[in-house]
Amino acid sequence: MPVRFLSVGDRALAIELGDAIDRRLSRRVLRLDRAIRTAPPHGVVETVPTFRSLLVHYDPLATSRAELEAAIAPLVDRDQDTAGAVREWRIPVCYEGEQAPDLAEVARLTGLAPADIVACHSGIRWHVYMLGFLPGFPYLGDLPPELALPRRADPRVKVPAGSVSIATTLTAIYPYESPGGWHLIGATPVRFFDPARTPPALLAPGDAVRFDPIDATAFAAIRQMVEAGDYLPDSEPAV
Amino acid sequence: MQPGLRVLSPGLCTNVQDLGRFGWQALGVPVSGALDGAALRLANALVGNPLGMPVLEILWSGPTFEIVADRVRLALAGAGADLSVGGSATVPAWQSCVLTRGEMFRITLGRQSASACLAIEGGVAVPPVLGSASTYLRAGLGGFEGRALRRGDIVPIAIENPAERAESRLPAPPPADTDQPIRVVLGPQQEYFTDDAVATLLEAEFRISQSADRMGMRLDGPTLHHRLGWDIVSDAIATGAIQVPGSGQPILLLADHQTTGGYPKIATVISADLPVVGRRRPGDRIRFTAVAPDVAEQLCRDAENRLLGLVAAIEPVPPSAALDFASLYRANLISGVVTGSE
Repeated sequence: MPVRFLSVGDRALAIELGDAIDRRLSRRVLRLDRAIRTAPPHGVVETVPTFRSLLVHYDPLATSRAELEAAIAPLVDRDQDTAGAVREWRIPVCYEGEQAPDLAEVARLTGLAPADIVACHSGIRWHVYMLGFLPGFPYLGDLPPELALPRRADPRVKVPAGSVSIATTLTAIYPYESPGGWHLIGATPVRFFDPARTPPALLAPGDAVRFDPIDATAFAAIRQMVEAGDYLPDSEPAV
Repeated sequence: MQPGLRVLSPGLCTNVQDLGRFGWQALGVPVSGALDGAALRLANALVGNPLGMPVLEILWSGPTFEIVADRVRLALAGAGADLSVGGSATVPAWQSCVLTRGEMFRITLGRQSASACLAIEGGVAVPPVLGSASTYLRAGLGGFEGRALRRGDIVPIAIENPAERAESRLPAPPPADTDQPIRVVLGPQQEYFTDDAVATLLEAEFRISQSADRMGMRLDGPTLHHRLGWDIVSDAIATGAIQVPGSGQPILLLADHQTTGGYPKIATVISADLPVVGRRRPGDRIRFTAVAPDVAEQLCRDAENRLLGLVAAIEPVPPSAALDFASLYRANLISGVVTGSE
């Protein structure tokens, strides 16, 4: 698909690199994002990378769509490195009991045993495609096709904070209680957004994540540490 | 004691806003900011503040306050709004005034605007969160404890005793733009819609439904039909986007909209008209007209120049037009009769 520059009102320019949820496409978006953040063209306010496009917010008092497109076009696919400045995280998740209200239903819909679903979910090295919906809410992929379900027909009015959820080929974590239509297969005591932290969101687009199964006792113990402000999950620079 | 404004009656949604929280949308944090950014800047200008200082944004119905500071200089910006002191004396919008300890005042919104901004000289003294005082209600971020004001709150203010000087006013209220069509740039996903749907958006009249808040407003009107389905690979959203879910009923996204979403966006309101949209209320009619992107950029620059022109035109209130509070007191007209009974 050819690269498309699309006006989004008079304060934003979308650069569309494709039309799919795909890691290679995501890395192209994230490389373009990094190139712009490293040396922002005059008038750029901020950038928002998503699955297949980058939205560049700009100040029309300082620049124009035409000037920005001319400045950004040469940056598309300029950098070919595959490794980014990303971290790999290990996030504890309890896939049991009340923390996993939809696990049995997901097992019924997919024909898989709950234990196999947990093994699959915790065996994947996830890629953080983007953050959106709520502060710190990460969209991670990719689930294998046999676990890919549409969203629930009947969305919940209240999904508890910390819920680990799946829908289509993605998994996501709700940093705040909110309405939501994804299937809840576990919960994490980790805080994914804290405005007092720098950066405030735990994960950044491009990060890698692994989920470590924990039991209810460990969940309660970690939650206590999180509430006392002395717990951060393990992470290391990704290879 | 911290000087401030005590909330006697909060109104429907009175909350702290500035021009917004920029730089965090990639982490899922909306920009927020006053729905009527022009009113915010004019209110600040009238009390001598930098134009982007935190103010109280008043939505849909007016609050009542009591002054708990020696003296406070205030100005209200909002078409048709006014501030009544002690239930008798009235200060119109677009004019500053000084009130003193114990005085009570009620804000009334006019028919022409669903929102108004109340600026206080020195600003509302709330700690910035991620660089902004704006309240993001959905996540409890920023502003006054991350929420709309409640009865009994004391809104902290930065300056207790503003300088003695003539009060300021705009020579005339700015146009309210009550009936003008809202200008949009088509896209970014207009190809997801039938030609008929695009034509309908630009020709039909819509009505703002009761489902309207700082995140967005649902519009009632003719159905906008999709040509390519209504599920896109989620992308980032700009304020003013008109997204159309499967129902075909458009949603106009405002300051607190989520940063990303999976519905196609047929058009985006130009930034010059976002404050105009911020003044509309549920039940109001709304129509749209399209402009080219470069025209929209020029309209943004024109609107900025017009706003700076208004700021430059602010003039001292002539003594004859100023409220003579001393004589009101002598006549015993102000006796704290506002009871905050909303």
